[in-house]
Amino acid sequence: MGTAASSAYSSPATLRCEANRCRLGGDWTLDGIEALDDRIETARWPAGNLELEAAGIRAIDTTGALRLLNLIAELERGGRAVRLTGLRESQQALLELVRERRASAGTAGTTPSVGFLERLGRRAILHLGSVVAFLNFIGEAAAALVRLALRPHRFRWRALFGNIEDAGVNALPIVALLAFMMGVVIAYQGGQQLKAYGANIFIVELISLTMLRELAPLITAIIVAGRTGSAYTAQIGTMQITEEVDALRTIGIPPMDLLVIPKLLALVIALPLLTVFADALSVFGGMVMAQTLLDVSFSDFLDRVPQVVTLTSFLLGVGKAPVFAAIIALVGCYQGFHVRGGADSVGRQTTVSVVQSIFLVIAADALFSVVLGGVGL
Amino acid sequence: MKAPADPQAFVIAVRDLRTGFGSTIIHDHLNLDVRQGEIVALVGGSGSGKTTLLRSIIMLLQPIAGSIKLFGQEVIGIGERAAFQLRRRFGMLFQQGALFSSLTVRENVGVPLREHTALSARDIAEIADLKIALAGLPADAGDKLPRELSGGMLKRAALARALALDPALLFLDEPTAGLDPVSAGAFDELVVQLKESLGLTVVMITHDLDTLWQATDRVAFLGEKRVIGYTPMRELTRSDHPLIEAYFEGPRGRAAENRRAE
Repeated sequence: MGTAASSAYSSPATLRCEANRCRLGGDWTLDGIEALDDRIETARWPAGNLELEAAGIRAIDTTGALRLLNLIAELERGGRAVRLTGLRESQQALLELVRERRASAGTAGTTPSVGFLERLGRRAILHLGSVVAFLNFIGEAAAALVRLALRPHRFRWRALFGNIEDAGVNALPIVALLAFMMGVVIAYQGGQQLKAYGANIFIVELISLTMLRELAPLITAIIVAGRTGSAYTAQIGTMQITEEVDALRTIGIPPMDLLVIPKLLALVIALPLLTVFADALSVFGGMVMAQTLLDVSFSDFLDRVPQVVTLTSFLLGVGKAPVFAAIIALVGCYQGFHVRGGADSVGRQTTVSVVQSIFLVIAADALFSVVLGGVGL
Repeated sequence: MKAPADPQAFVIAVRDLRTGFGSTIIHDHLNLDVRQGEIVALVGGSGSGKTTLLRSIIMLLQPIAGSIKLFGQEVIGIGERAAFQLRRRFGMLFQQGALFSSLTVRENVGVPLREHTALSARDIAEIADLKIALAGLPADAGDKLPRELSGGMLKRAALARALALDPALLFLDEPTAGLDPVSAGAFDELVVQLKESLGLTVVMITHDLDTLWQATDRVAFLGEKRVIGYTPMRELTRSDHPLIEAYFEGPRGRAAENRRAE
């Protein structure tokens, strides 16, 4: 609730009754009326017909007029006849205007309360619809990809390289920092256990396998989803509001070609590269911890890496990255196109975009584990 | 223009105002007075600083030098509390409406009431509904979201919000821009009607020549970094200042004048 600023510019509205005559005075304005609120309810109204003497009213505005009309209506409902006297002509005119407009005013609609089951059903159908719409979007993107592959001169190379720089090169510092710290954390936690069994050297297996195969691709994808996927949604969403997307269509540039395909390809190229970078940095983080905590020197560590890490496990890790990239880019762009209305919608869709893409990335990762486990890799 | 003696007598009194961004000076020694109960329009070519002047008056922009008095109170260097009190006394209609997109029209109109009064939610809804009707919107508009409204209805909803606190002073930034001629004419009538019944003082920026003829008491022409003409419309069009002549002498200006004469 806001501050009830008692304004220095007005005096409170007053209402004094004796016998069948009530005198109104002061300012019947938004400022003056606040003080009156309770007194109207509690005033002991004389029985019988009433005269409201309004000559003492200094100023009246629409809010005051509304309150006065409500007061009269309330008294009349109680079976009294009410006579309002003493209003100046301009005040009377204002009262009439408010009376007339109030008659045509709407009232806060009583939205019918919706039961739990109905809400559940509505949401389920809504989500089902959005799954179908998302599949449609993937299909459109694929069609656009084919179209552009057949006519490569129409492809937006500048947009592609710009997006690679934004999503890839500019993400290097944050990916480096987080991957390094991830390596440090895993080496520290795992190292404590290994040390207890004197199995220090196995830190190499722990770090290189978990990082290369699982954690580096996943953490990189999550960083990129938060960093780039959200930016895609916000950019396209804002363009949607300012009708820039419609302008593109009118000029004859399919928004898919300019806004989605370059982003999709840029991320599919950039994310595997970022993942390799994260692989290296996270293993380095593990190496630093291995040397300080477990006395495994850098050269011992690096000698052992080729013995324990197969090419398959490295490629499996990096190979997941393009899939994650496609998920992030498609979800980001799809949510951007679903912005409707105004600023709040951009915020909402951006949140949805990040949550959905991280969820889908982790779900896809789980699926990879199950399927690859099934074929014995 | 000569500065009249007593700035207290005016709702708005701007004296020797100087504004600018960086090294660009937009206004220099600008004077402007607005009397209680009149409708004043600010006109001038693009870049003449109409919006800058308006934003300075409503305390959204800090001028470089000069004095702006609103209801006799100096607003340059005003304290936060005093500014809050002062904001309660005027309403502003932004060019694009600037309605909060996540709120319904009724909630939008209720925002200033919630911030500035201690009224109950029920009273606020009732007052908001009245303002929506005063602005000439149909009864079902209150439950709609801004994105569901047409351009003309959006302006009316924004006007309802500007009127929420029963301000004595109303600022309008291009109120009829983007409206069809029928809606624009109706909006002009509405402003005049509100001025007459509520005793409002209105300051508006407009390029709409019909509005200038139909709705204004005086028109201030901005050019050369100050007000170069400030008279009723009829006299302003007779001015021999080259900028003013160029502004009103086109075929559109004459057509609007002829419509007025009919």
